[in-house]
Amino acid sequence: MKIEARHERGVTILEPRGKITIGVGDVALREAVAEALEAGARNILVDLGGVTTIDSSGIGELVSAYTSVSNRRGKLKLVNLPPKVTDILQITQLISVFEVFDTVPEALASFDE
Amino acid sequence: MPVEEPQVRISIGSRFEHIDLIQVVVDDALERLGLDDDSRHWVGIAIREAVANAIKHGNRQNPDKQVEVELAIAKDQAIIRVGDEGEGFDVQAVSDPLQPENLLKPNGRGIFYMRNFMDEIEYSSRPEGGTLVTLRKQITVTESSAGGESTGSPGAENDSST
Repeated sequence: MKIEARHERGVTILEPRGKITIGVGDVALREAVAEALEAGARNILVDLGGVTTIDSSGIGELVSAYTSVSNRRGKLKLVNLPPKVTDILQITQLISVFEVFDTVPEALASFDE
Repeated sequence: MPVEEPQVRISIGSRFEHIDLIQVVVDDALERLGLDDDSRHWVGIAIREAVANAIKHGNRQNPDKQVEVELAIAKDQAIIRVGDEGEGFDVQAVSDPLQPENLLKPNGRGIFYMRNFMDEIEYSSRPEGGTLVTLRKQITVTESSAGGESTGSPGAENDSST
């Protein structure tokens, strides 16, 4: 899995596509977040619109990313959740942990607040 | 329990990259049985978790150790068995990922996923050594649909209390 990264209004936007699953997508997400933090990013928006499957390792990686970014006094938020990813976040009760937005402009605006 | 013949039997070396192969094969078999897309997605996720656990915690990612997967159909149930060559573990000792102190832990949700997406899961020891996890899912085929359909949203009909 390749994760595209771009920058908008001081926010690093990561766009994983396909499966965030054990041994493949979870590692790619971990590396992409580490790379962004290494480059000095404080605010990260993960656009999950292209994600088809997320297993428990993928969810674990999102949680790790959230913790890493928060520990650096930054914010990690989620946008464009496919219904099946929303289901998973609800089942795991992580929907109450992450800030989730429907659109990228809404999400970007929230970082200014 | 009725005796059932396995429809699919696959054995893989303990590498995560083999999980996709298992999911494709089982998904194809379940599609032929008339399981709808959503149900196949959630059953597929549960199988991924069972196989990932067998590779990671059972066989400790030793590629020389095998993970065996069987899919069988008994009446209106899909039964998936995943066996490893590991030393076993106490499923009761796995903590509840919904407890506030566990919510931000990166690990420990695999069995929780399985319990939510399947109707039943059961752990046992294999006579030859290793652990066997048995996953069961009801398949409800409707008469109005040639392909039929099955149970729907994740966790809706399951016990998610653990």
